[in-house]
Amino acid sequence: MKLGKLVELINGRILTEKFSEDTEIAGAMGADLMSDVLASIRPEAVLITGLCNPQVVRTALIADLRAIIFIRGKNPALETIKLADEENLPLIMTEFGMFDACGILYQAGLPSFELKSQDDCAS
Amino acid sequence: MTKHNPVISDEYAETITKVEELAYEIRINEVMTKNVFCLSSEMKIKTALDIFQQERISGAPVTQDDTLIGILSIEDLIRSLREGKSGEEVSQYMSTDLVTVRETDFVVEALQTFARTRFGRLPVLDKSGNLVGIITKGDISNGLLKALQRYYHAEELIRYRASHLFEDIISDRTSLILRYDIQKGDYIHGGNASSNIKRALLRLGASPQIARRCGIAIYEAEMNLIIHTDNGGILRIEIEPHKITMEAYDDGPGIDDVELAMKAGYSTATNDVREMGFGAGMGLVNIKRCVDEMKLVSSSERGTNLYMTIQLNNTDHSPQTVG
Repeated sequence: MKLGKLVELINGRILTEKFSEDTEIAGAMGADLMSDVLASIRPEAVLITGLCNPQVVRTALIADLRAIIFIRGKNPALETIKLADEENLPLIMTEFGMFDACGILYQAGLPSFELKSQDDCAS
Repeated sequence: MTKHNPVISDEYAETITKVEELAYEIRINEVMTKNVFCLSSEMKIKTALDIFQQERISGAPVTQDDTLIGILSIEDLIRSLREGKSGEEVSQYMSTDLVTVRETDFVVEALQTFARTRFGRLPVLDKSGNLVGIITKGDISNGLLKALQRYYHAEELIRYRASHLFEDIISDRTSLILRYDIQKGDYIHGGNASSNIKRALLRLGASPQIARRCGIAIYEAEMNLIIHTDNGGILRIEIEPHKITMEAYDDGPGIDDVELAMKAGYSTATNDVREMGFGAGMGLVNIKRCVDEMKLVSSSERGTNLYMTIQLNNTDHSPQTVG
């Protein structure tokens, strides 16, 4: 799914200067615990989260993610946005909650990129 | 005849993305034509035609008392010639519905304006509204291509130099050691060292999978130093052609029960740490999954030493089975 379409589906607001609507998003995962993200997300996914600190951006970079969606209208701190811009990682904010945001994207055909707990972290 | 779908290779796709990125990074005044030939509104069409021919241009801004009042394009000239009015003044045929861009805007602004309007060139204004240049789609293509070339050249050079490091230096055993001092409680910079390590590995020619596995393991170790130590600690990465050894060590307080600490979900983290998204009791478990070998030695006297290795030679043996 193209990032532009994803933003449209969740009525998202783009928070970073760096954004390209043609970025291909292969799948998604929703989580607030960064270790869970590091343990179970596959590369090239988008992360849906309620956590807004710079660690989310770091986690996304380490795990080769394509974008981050912040739920419930949460605005991350300026330093989070600055770091994301420096590292070319688009940040998006949606008014939807976690369940709604995940549901909308899943229904629109975006697959889960979360590995089951017994699978391996490194893909 | 059958219609062929254009096949876009990964390499090509990467180029497109980089161009898009550059459109957001490069400002209009870096690619625009600066020494613009301006026409006056009273100039005769015939004179303008001569200028277009001599200067090999297909359009020019029209000014009156240094203020931009219109644009005359080759299409306007053709219209006037067809109507046999080459003796008329430029002001009769120029376009006056002006769409301008700011010199400090990013190139993407101009691209979007071109897509939205039918114009082939846009006057560029400075902060105070003075005409400082003209931008065409051709200017943008040229500017982006030049920037792309510079970018690839720079990154290639870094990668080339780095990836040949081990071949260029002859010894019985060559290794590169990276050290990072990690401060206790420095959540803001948490992950900086790990990002730099991951980037270094990629430049040294590691595969994205290897870089990702190292990145995840070292990031968890870095956060552990920030969260759990008395005085912070040190990350030490030794890179050899056949293996990467990563160590995280600190001087206390030590882990009471190493076996318990290795259990999924076990955590001694405070609520503050959990609010940061860490302390889920998965860190050491994650590390173990990502590396080929892991050793954790800890005591209250000597602190904690976490030792991890990833083998580079036989990738079949690595635990990367999924994805």
